Amino acid sequence: MSRQHDVKRYPGFGWLTIVFFAWLYLPLLVVVVYSFNANRIAGVWTGFSLDWYAAALKNVPLMNALKTSVTVALIATAVATSVALMAALAIIRGRNVRFRRLSETVVNLPLLLPEIVLAVASLILFSLVGIQNGMLKLILAHSAFCTPFAFLPIRARLQGMNLDFEEASADLYASRWTTFRRVTLPLIFPGVFSGAMLAFLISMDDFITSNMLASGGTTTLPVYIFSLIRSGTSPELNAIGTLMILASLILATIALLVAGRGTRNT
Amino acid sequence: MDRDKAVEVRGVSKSFGSYQALKSVSFDIGANEFFTMLGPSGCGKTTLLRMLAGFESPDSGAVLLNRREVTSIPPHKRRVNTVFQSYALFPHMTLEQNVAYGLENLGWERAKIRARTGEMLERVHMSAFASRKPAQLSGGQRQRVALARALAPEPEILLLDEPLSALDLKLRQAMRDELRNLQRDTGITFVFVTHDQEEALDMSDRIAVLGAGEVQQIGTPTQIYEEPVNRFVADFVGETNFLDVEVLEAQADRAVIRSALGTFEAPATKLMQKGPATLSLRPEKINLGDQAAGVITLDAKVISQNYMGGFTHYTLEAGGVTLRASRRNASRQGDLVPSGEAITIGFLPASARVLAS
Repeated sequence: MSRQHDVKRYPGFGWLTIVFFAWLYLPLLVVVVYSFNANRIAGVWTGFSLDWYAAALKNVPLMNALKTSVTVALIATAVATSVALMAALAIIRGRNVRFRRLSETVVNLPLLLPEIVLAVASLILFSLVGIQNGMLKLILAHSAFCTPFAFLPIRARLQGMNLDFEEASADLYASRWTTFRRVTLPLIFPGVFSGAMLAFLISMDDFITSNMLASGGTTTLPVYIFSLIRSGTSPELNAIGTLMILASLILATIALLVAGRGTRNT
Repeated sequence: MDRDKAVEVRGVSKSFGSYQALKSVSFDIGANEFFTMLGPSGCGKTTLLRMLAGFESPDSGAVLLNRREVTSIPPHKRRVNTVFQSYALFPHMTLEQNVAYGLENLGWERAKIRARTGEMLERVHMSAFASRKPAQLSGGQRQRVALARALAPEPEILLLDEPLSALDLKLRQAMRDELRNLQRDTGITFVFVTHDQEEALDMSDRIAVLGAGEVQQIGTPTQIYEEPVNRFVADFVGETNFLDVEVLEAQADRAVIRSALGTFEAPATKLMQKGPATLSLRPEKINLGDQAAGVITLDAKVISQNYMGGFTHYTLEAGGVTLRASRRNASRQGDLVPSGEAITIGFLPASARVLAS
């Protein structure tokens, strides 16, 4: 790109950038700042305090909800990533796959459907089949809607990977399984990792389906937070929010590092 | 030559959709031979190589390696290794790990693997780089490691898919000699695929010229160049002049023809029919000016010339036809004949070739 066309030289570029980032991050900043506020009433600053963090960590229902969310997310991530990996291998690497485009679309279709439809559908299906266990219902539903999210980065990575590597491996006496374990998987690992990360975040973040399926003992974190807001806001929420922002930042950093390592290799 | 057969290709056909890549191809490759499959892109040479490796299977016909039918045997069970055009070195492994990979899969002992890996890297002068990753190497270095990796498991046959095409000219010439020496030293059968006729002529014991999914001719480099069996081979390998001629009399291996350059007897590959035919006369067989010696001499006119250093290529007009001729620049006197000037040309009818049109 030549210097004259550098977007940084356009009039108002600096201002627009500031407005954009303010619009994006100001609400988050407010949450972080007031999580350290000693006063109970949001908007009135009376001094620095870590009390709300202490309160949040001592809140038993909150901790239970967190535990439920993490458990569901971990299992759903494992299931969704495995299924997505197998689907991607079958669709991209399979020979003579009929309806290749159609198969991909069917895997990805849930991304295009309104979540409320999927949530209601899950609810009806589970009651028809007669599944009672609340935890099992959550895990099944989350595994299903996380799969297309895990599928996208894995498919992209697999499609971008040169077939020669797998052929070279077979040529050097590796069985299909050895080729997968020692060549294919290491080379698409950044994609698999991104897929798993995405699935985990989507599951942790989910409200509609979890709320629909929630029963005693299976309240996830977003559902619990929503119930707190309904009974009036508490500064404790700011502390929870800040902790969640921190967790997301850590995950995003790891994801970036892994993805960076992957691109250097190919 | 009474060689053992390393490869037998029997009536192999292959189609991709409506495109017929191979039309009932048959030939043998002898043990310890440097065999080249030469042809333009889309001639089926790579498909054939991939069939020997096991990456493709023929629609009909059979492939035998060392007299064993392998048509339906997967690549990892064939004692055949490939040097890929892209080299396909595993980017997440060091060079050492790359070379050891095949040996590990064959279940060699750890100590033997170490020794063999070291020996192979030594052989291609890459020992100093053993613990580097492929991304840190130049093209020529990658190519040598790919060679070491493919040779390490002591394959019965080594397949090479245009391995020199990504290298620059100087390196390519050095690698030709290195490949040739490696083949002689190891005695492994090399099956080499290329579209570069010079490479094929330089390195091969025998060449198969492929075109339009068929074997056009198999022979030694001299046979392919000097005794092409048809227009395709004469045209693809080297440069030539094609002249429309008429066959007056024909015997098994020669024919009397009438052409714009005169009436004479020239060699033919098969018994020609009387009537129209083609004569192939290569530019370097036509001698010019003071070098013009030969049974047939003619007056010609220079139309244009391309000075190439060691040679000058002339475009001439003689007997109403246009000819390309090349002249070795042996001394500076009379080396450059200007356009429009008259010149004497001469050639031996024995160095021309009568082909079916």
